[in-house]
Amino acid sequence: MTTPDPRTELLPPYARALDMVITGIHNGAPLIEMPFANKVQGRPGFLHGGAISGLLEMAAVAAIQHALHERGDEATFKQVNVTIDFMRGGTPQTTYAVGEVTRLGRTMANVEARAWQDDPTKPITIAYLHYLLKRS
Amino acid sequence: MKEKTVAEITAAHGGFDPRLAISFMGKAGHGGFLGMDYVGHGEDWVELAIDWREDLVGDPNTGVLASAVVISLMDNATSMSIWTKLQEFRPQVTMDLRVDYLRPSPKGARVFGRGYCYHLSHSIGFVRGVAHNGNLDEPLAHVSGTFIRVGDRLG
Repeated sequence: MTTPDPRTELLPPYARALDMVITGIHNGAPLIEMPFANKVQGRPGFLHGGAISGLLEMAAVAAIQHALHERGDEATFKQVNVTIDFMRGGTPQTTYAVGEVTRLGRTMANVEARAWQDDPTKPITIAYLHYLLKRS
Repeated sequence: MKEKTVAEITAAHGGFDPRLAISFMGKAGHGGFLGMDYVGHGEDWVELAIDWREDLVGDPNTGVLASAVVISLMDNATSMSIWTKLQEFRPQVTMDLRVDYLRPSPKGARVFGRGYCYHLSHSIGFVRGVAHNGNLDEPLAHVSGTFIRVGDRLG
């Protein structure tokens, strides 16, 4: 596995429990990796859709934090909803995910997070997430 | 140890029993990690639950569970609602799920997920669901999604 980025320390307990690590920046957002293990397995030999969704959620949160930081914005955010397309079964190997903030507005953010395994051009799952931005 | 598949459990039992199935699915793999428990079922619904745990937290400042915990719970509850309505297991995978978070699941609270199968076609199971903290009338999330039937090789 690649060396974890110090930002891994910022991942919440849920991500740490599933051994997710930030390993760098991919297309301008933090890249998160999750190793295969029994604790992320659904039907035998495949990743559980909920664990992939968890990886995508962490990638989306990291992408928004990164984008807000880049523009010096101190807004906080809250997830409103998510739509997840499961496109390919996740097999027993490392899964990668990255979020793309497709729009960062004043009141909301749209994020598209994708997960892949051996080939970045063949996503196994894509999540579309909406976040409400709040300013004090 | 080889994990029993839902197909094997169902075949041995002569029908789909969600209580029996979760006694395996809730102990193995990701379901086991989350500690998914059987709560109840009807002819077209299944309700499961997960206890709040420190290591499932998505926001350390508030102690709120990671939203994916709710997704896993609803994925399993809605998936099982299809087998319950069919009264048998059929191999299927999640095609898509949408989750609307009405409010966060508070620190320390057990989260319940009731999944309903509202329509079945030959290939697709149409589902919806509600996540709550013990009172169905105070939902924390609404879910809708579809499952697609796949070849028997996955059983």
